Amino acid sequence: MAGHQTYEEQKQLVFYGLKLLGVITILEVAFALFSKGHIIPSVTFGKDGGFGQYLYMMVMIGASLYKAYFIIFYFMHMAHEVRGLVVSVLMPMTLLIWAIIAFFQEGTRWGASRENIRQRNEEVVQPAPAGKPQGYILPSNTKG
Amino acid sequence: MSESSVAHAHDTHEQEEDNQLWEGGQEPMKASYGKLMMWYFLVSDAFTFAGFLIAYGALRFSSPTWPEADFVFASFPFVKAHMPLVFVTFMTFVLIISSVTMVRAVQEGHRENRRGVVFWMFLTVLGGATFLGCQAYEWTTLIKYENVSVTRNPFGRYTADGELVDVNGKPVVENGGPVSVKKDQSYILHGHEHDGQIQLEQRYIKYSSGPYAGQTREIGQGPKAFGALFFFITGFHGFHVFSGVLFLAIIMINAMGGLYATRKNGYEMVEKIGLYWHFVDLVWVFVFLVFYLL
Repeated sequence: MAGHQTYEEQKQLVFYGLKLLGVITILEVAFALFSKGHIIPSVTFGKDGGFGQYLYMMVMIGASLYKAYFIIFYFMHMAHEVRGLVVSVLMPMTLLIWAIIAFFQEGTRWGASRENIRQRNEEVVQPAPAGKPQGYILPSNTKG
Repeated sequence: MSESSVAHAHDTHEQEEDNQLWEGGQEPMKASYGKLMMWYFLVSDAFTFAGFLIAYGALRFSSPTWPEADFVFASFPFVKAHMPLVFVTFMTFVLIISSVTMVRAVQEGHRENRRGVVFWMFLTVLGGATFLGCQAYEWTTLIKYENVSVTRNPFGRYTADGELVDVNGKPVVENGGPVSVKKDQSYILHGHEHDGQIQLEQRYIKYSSGPYAGQTREIGQGPKAFGALFFFITGFHGFHVFSGVLFLAIIMINAMGGLYATRKNGYEMVEKIGLYWHFVDLVWVFVFLVFYLL
């Protein structure tokens, strides 16, 4: 809410926010281009699939989360709301932690099953020999 | 005094307090009804977007390859050169700046400065419209010139090393030599129109590594989910921007006409649409992250 700061302080915060978000975005893009070999062709740790790419992704996620924090707490004034409001808005977001873990795990599993599914689809099923009963035969004492 | 009458007196006292609470004027969490409901709408909207982005992640994890963002998003208006991520960075800046002008509009609202509110809201509307225009350019490039659709994706990456060959298995010669490609290298299949239908070119590769080493196979499309996810998620975000621009324009016109000045509540309506507008910027932070940076 307003009233915590003077008008001049508020205006300063806005331009600080503009600089902060702009600088983070430029650094993010520059780092992305650098680590994917667009600035120095031999540097490609951002897409090699190893520890370098893992680090690259963590840096990007961290920078984005910081941008999100700044937008919510200063542009949307969450920093000046009462605690109950902050908790009731942000606490449900923790549910997403499990959603991310579970669905990414699930996606990896789909990927790992692709070869198996392809093989099963290409399997040729032999027709049953003629004259013989097909399917599952129930024992004679079962009431059907 | 008996026990029951003590309890009774206690009840009446509580009831009086309750009545006072329900008479209105007391704002729960010191935020007005409208602002509170905007926050909770944004919570539900955040879950919708999170669901989409998590679905993107799950499908991406399930694919053996995924198109490279800095290869796919490399066009810039009026420039022929390959400029990876430059245009989308510009779009991000447009949204950041429109978010900043929105904060200024809310601040001028708290000071009951009508001209200031209208001026900064006008700049915000302009920023939102610019963003939509940029998105229209981006979609046009992908759909019209690069033939991406919700079911077709010409962008892919080779799954193993190999050499490009033609349909008869003869090596493709370019610049006086065979064309060898590496695992994870990006490619795009160009398309042409045939009987009103887009057909992607057929290209073949003779693998020298991987599970198909020694075999010649067609280079297929990239993961098809890519196009559907891209258009659906950026489209849903773009629709949020579009409705945001509409509401910003309506509220700006109301502010111009002096509607909120008579309410004497510090232009609360501007504050509420401001929350929504910052949220749209917030979602873009994550769309930008997953589609263009990772």
